Amino acid sequence: MKNKKKICDGENWLYNDIVKDHFFHPRNILIDDTDYEYDGMGISGNAFCGDVMIVWIRVDSKKEKIAECKWRTFGCASAIASTSMMSVMVTEKGGMSIKKAEKLKPENIIKRLGGLPDKKLHCSVLGDKALIQAILDYKNNRP
Amino acid sequence: MKRVYLDNASTTPIDPKVLGVMLPYLTEKYGNPSSIHYEGRLAKKAIEESRERIAKIVGVKKEGIIFTSGGTESDNLAILGIARANKEKGKHIIVSAIEHKAVLDSCKKLEKEGFEITYLNVDKNGIVSLEFLKKSIRKDTILVSIMYANNEIGTIQPIKEISKIIKESKIANPIFHTDACQAVGALPININDLNVDALTISSSKIYGPKGVGCLYLNKNCKIEPIIFGGGQERGIRSGTENTAYIVGFAEALFISEKKRLSENKRLTKLRDYFIENLIKKIPKIIINGDRIKRLPNNINLSLHGVEGESFILMLDNSGISCSTGSACSSSDLKPSHVISALGGDAELAHSSIRFTLGRYSTKKDINYVVR
Repeated sequence: MKNKKKICDGENWLYNDIVKDHFFHPRNILIDDTDYEYDGMGISGNAFCGDVMIVWIRVDSKKEKIAECKWRTFGCASAIASTSMMSVMVTEKGGMSIKKAEKLKPENIIKRLGGLPDKKLHCSVLGDKALIQAILDYKNNRP
Repeated sequence: MKRVYLDNASTTPIDPKVLGVMLPYLTEKYGNPSSIHYEGRLAKKAIEESRERIAKIVGVKKEGIIFTSGGTESDNLAILGIARANKEKGKHIIVSAIEHKAVLDSCKKLEKEGFEITYLNVDKNGIVSLEFLKKSIRKDTILVSIMYANNEIGTIQPIKEISKIIKESKIANPIFHTDACQAVGALPININDLNVDALTISSSKIYGPKGVGCLYLNKNCKIEPIIFGGGQERGIRSGTENTAYIVGFAEALFISEKKRLSENKRLTKLRDYFIENLIKKIPKIIINGDRIKRLPNNINLSLHGVEGESFILMLDNSGISCSTGSACSSSDLKPSHVISALGGDAELAHSSIRFTLGRYSTKKDINYVVR
């Protein structure tokens, strides 16, 4: 854990600067989804654990790439930041292919975030599961 | 940046007057109170005077005060020490489900030693049912421990009534302990009023130093030590006494007792003002715990759809310090056992936020937070 010292520095923050940035300025968040048209939607987590997230995707069906990824999370800062980072990862550089997105792992997201506190590793990164559900939803409803 | 500290139930800053009386014992008056030479006697004298001051406030003889390293140790000592010393009489203990972990985890330890624990549920307002308590007392009940005021939701238990039920029970004659860590400085702690056999007090929540507290114990109560060594504190708590901290603790208790009535009145007003304005601003909030039978400094609320840790970090970023019962902020990743005991859904426990006012909180602070 290269970032450990930085992360656990209590005087500053529990979380590093990248995580903080995504928490305070979440990318691609969708607060009101009433009029949002999506190709696939997925939910992961449950309220008892304290983290629930919902992910909506729009897919460029010709290229089989993710064109848009919107989300909303009830959860702690790392849950919010990790979903935000995931939405960036799957939409940057013209969008991630569906094939690649299906293989996205929590570790990939954590790495891009520059690490998370140890106890958050297993509980708060659930965005990839919601994304897989959304991709499945897209595949099932494909015309 | 302006900081508004609203986490006074976690801990409080040291009162400058308290620090003043402590300093000499950290420098020139450094003797070990167990030594019989001049330096030792000087330290011993300071400890015994502090014991006397605390005993007077608690309304007991000074022999009943045992100094410890704080609330957690006092609770551990009371639960483990009393249970183990009285196990010939029985092995049943009653505690409330919303006790501090210092009590609950001691009970877990005792369960492994063959004791049986009844965890009394609380109603949706966070108050123990007297009827239920009455029914739970058995022939082999040796100890009842119910906190005076809860640390998370600030609800005040009817200690006098509880004590009456215990003392008048024809079934058993258990020892009654109460953890008063949160109550001190806000509620009366005179034993003649409360009629408890054992009482936990901590210094760190009354503008005294951290790492010191005491257990009051009625002289008729049998207890076993949980720390062994030099036989200090009548053999109940070994280890060289921390003279400076004990002196500071006594001074802090003295000051908080002196200010108790006026602070109680001021903070109750401030608390209600805070709650009223929060509800005006955010009508959807749910106040956790009884609105009336609660500490004058405690505001605990849940907000649907907002997770506690996230909320706290947002507030921290705006200069406001408070705390949460959310699992995400706890070391065991479980949501608050106190909010869960109130019977609401799990999301509410994860969404709970606690603001606790203190001696230095002002209306200006509250206005800042509400805005």
